[in-house]
Amino acid sequence: MKRFEQFSASDAISGPPSKADYWVDRSFRTVTHLCAWLILAIVIALLWQIGEKAIPAIRDYHLGFLTSAVWDANKDQFGILAEIWGTLYSSILGLIIGGFFGVVMAIFLTQDFLPPLLAAFFRTIVELLAAIPSVVYGLWGIFVVVPVLRPVANWLNETLGWIPLFSTTLSGPGLLPAALVLAIMILPTIAAVSQDALRLVPYRTKEAAYGLGTTRWEAILRVLLPTASAGIFGALVLGFGRALGETMAVAMLIGNSNQITLSLFSPANTLAALLALNFPEAGKVEVRALMYAALVLLLITLLVNMLGTALMHRTSKALGVKTR
Amino acid sequence: MSSAKDRAVTDRRTWIRTAMGLLLGIVSASPLLARPEAPSQGPVLRGAGATFPAPLYQRWISVYGQQQPEVKITYDAVGSGEGIRRFVAGEVDFAGSDAAISDEQAAQITRGVQLVPATAGMVVLAYNLKGLEGPLKLKREAYVDLFAGRITKWNDPRIKETNPTLSLPNQTITIVARQDSSGTTYALTNHLSAISPEWRDRGPGIGKVIDWPGGAMLARGNEGVASRLKISEGSIGYVEYGFAKRLGLPMAWLENKRGQFVEPNDQSGELALGANSKLLPTGLRSFMPDPDGEHAYPIVTFSWLLLYRHYPAPEHASALKTFVAWGLSQGQAHARELGYIPLPALIAEQARGELDNIE
Repeated sequence: MKRFEQFSASDAISGPPSKADYWVDRSFRTVTHLCAWLILAIVIALLWQIGEKAIPAIRDYHLGFLTSAVWDANKDQFGILAEIWGTLYSSILGLIIGGFFGVVMAIFLTQDFLPPLLAAFFRTIVELLAAIPSVVYGLWGIFVVVPVLRPVANWLNETLGWIPLFSTTLSGPGLLPAALVLAIMILPTIAAVSQDALRLVPYRTKEAAYGLGTTRWEAILRVLLPTASAGIFGALVLGFGRALGETMAVAMLIGNSNQITLSLFSPANTLAALLALNFPEAGKVEVRALMYAALVLLLITLLVNMLGTALMHRTSKALGVKTR
Repeated sequence: MSSAKDRAVTDRRTWIRTAMGLLLGIVSASPLLARPEAPSQGPVLRGAGATFPAPLYQRWISVYGQQQPEVKITYDAVGSGEGIRRFVAGEVDFAGSDAAISDEQAAQITRGVQLVPATAGMVVLAYNLKGLEGPLKLKREAYVDLFAGRITKWNDPRIKETNPTLSLPNQTITIVARQDSSGTTYALTNHLSAISPEWRDRGPGIGKVIDWPGGAMLARGNEGVASRLKISEGSIGYVEYGFAKRLGLPMAWLENKRGQFVEPNDQSGELALGANSKLLPTGLRSFMPDPDGEHAYPIVTFSWLLLYRHYPAPEHASALKTFVAWGLSQGQAHARELGYIPLPALIAEQARGELDNIE
């Protein structure tokens, strides 16, 4: 009773909202709305501005820009097939390697293989990889990865040179070193997001699987992974997106060579590296071509993300898992 | 109890105020960043351009700066093409170029342009190949084919032919070339076009930027190419002599006009330049795509300074004139040490005379 009186008194804690409260609440709501719309506006403005600057190049080169592999500022002939090829090749390669290790690591760290403290320690170490600046990865690639890879690559070329993948020797910068470093760079993202996905699987599901007499591996491969597949897929898409856009380390490692080759050991180029390396000096016409290339990179990334989301929905539906 | 509520409201208010303050702070801080520079005493001369002579110009600037501390000179090594662009746009006071300047570009400059040859140098083919017992010798046909992408392996018969004693590996050749618009590229392709009609008519021809037929690794600046060569085994590329020398890269002996294989060194470069050191034509623009001489190195080029004919500020003009005149006389003594070829006395004299055109 006493308490009730207290609340009904004029200086009670639950008094009617004052004008200031109204004002604050309303302005807060407006600000959050504005911020949300601002993000959309930034994306649209970005697309619009790059697109606008690319329009002259689109008009000049049409879709031939995407199918020619010439980059000749002298003759004003530009095409980015080699860069698209290099971007996809290095990113997919990086995704295969980084994805495999990332998911395996996530299983290892979440499925009680390790004492909790040790698992937490490993998790921190993996996350630490994400904090290393990309230029450091580039240097590390040049001075550590390349010299280690070189003898292996050259041996492969000598013995299995008839396979197109090994048809050249590795001189220094090239596709494989770039892809390997990309794999390491996207590993923390994939590992972290996959771990979350695996941890979200209810413990009961696993217990039920054990109850049905599965071994640990059967439980992991047949029950846990499919259940968490939507999240793991999301992790892979995120990692792939990062690999597509990674610039500095790749620019230092890929060799910056305008050619289309199947060989893992020959130098190549990516769209992001092309943009980073050619902008500082580009003339008017080349800048337009670069804007076109930037637009293509943006669209590829968007497409990959959209495809990823769509696939994620399909797989989760097929498996009967509800996505949040 | 009212104090608790008040505190909650005040807390929120302070929070919002802080956020607003931060936003305002960011907006208002930006003009502060654009503070005007402290005024300096003497004239400031800004230059940009070729990376080829950059080490020499930097040396000149530092030595000259000790003698004339009131004049401040800067030189950005950004490549000949970009240097010319900035010069045409009037963003610099002088520019460096190994490709001189074309007539169309010169016509765009209303203030007039004066070319001054400042130094000369060799373009060498430096390579990185492990376990080679001696210098690599390349005949003319071989290095044209190399850059044209028709030789892809180090043990190609066209390379083996002139190097019978070397054990050449079965390794892929990686060409390292310039990505930026470059006078070094111009000098090399000028030479390749002079010795191979195939290169000139059906190949890439002459240019400051080339789309290399065989697919080359591209790097920025002479120093970029040199360091890329250093980390890439089985690679070959073209750089100014001094850059290769400083990084300890081996350089190929090239076949010259008389069919001799010539090692790039101070003497062979000077011989190439000396054999061709007649007075330069008016405008002082002259290329030697294929110098004659028994022991002359085949790829040499002048490197020019581009100056305006008119400077709005008289102290700029006179400071620049004294600096360039100094470079053409005392400055030449630094050339050999850094891997350049001192200008023949005749040409240096002629160049100093042309400085009178600047007002």
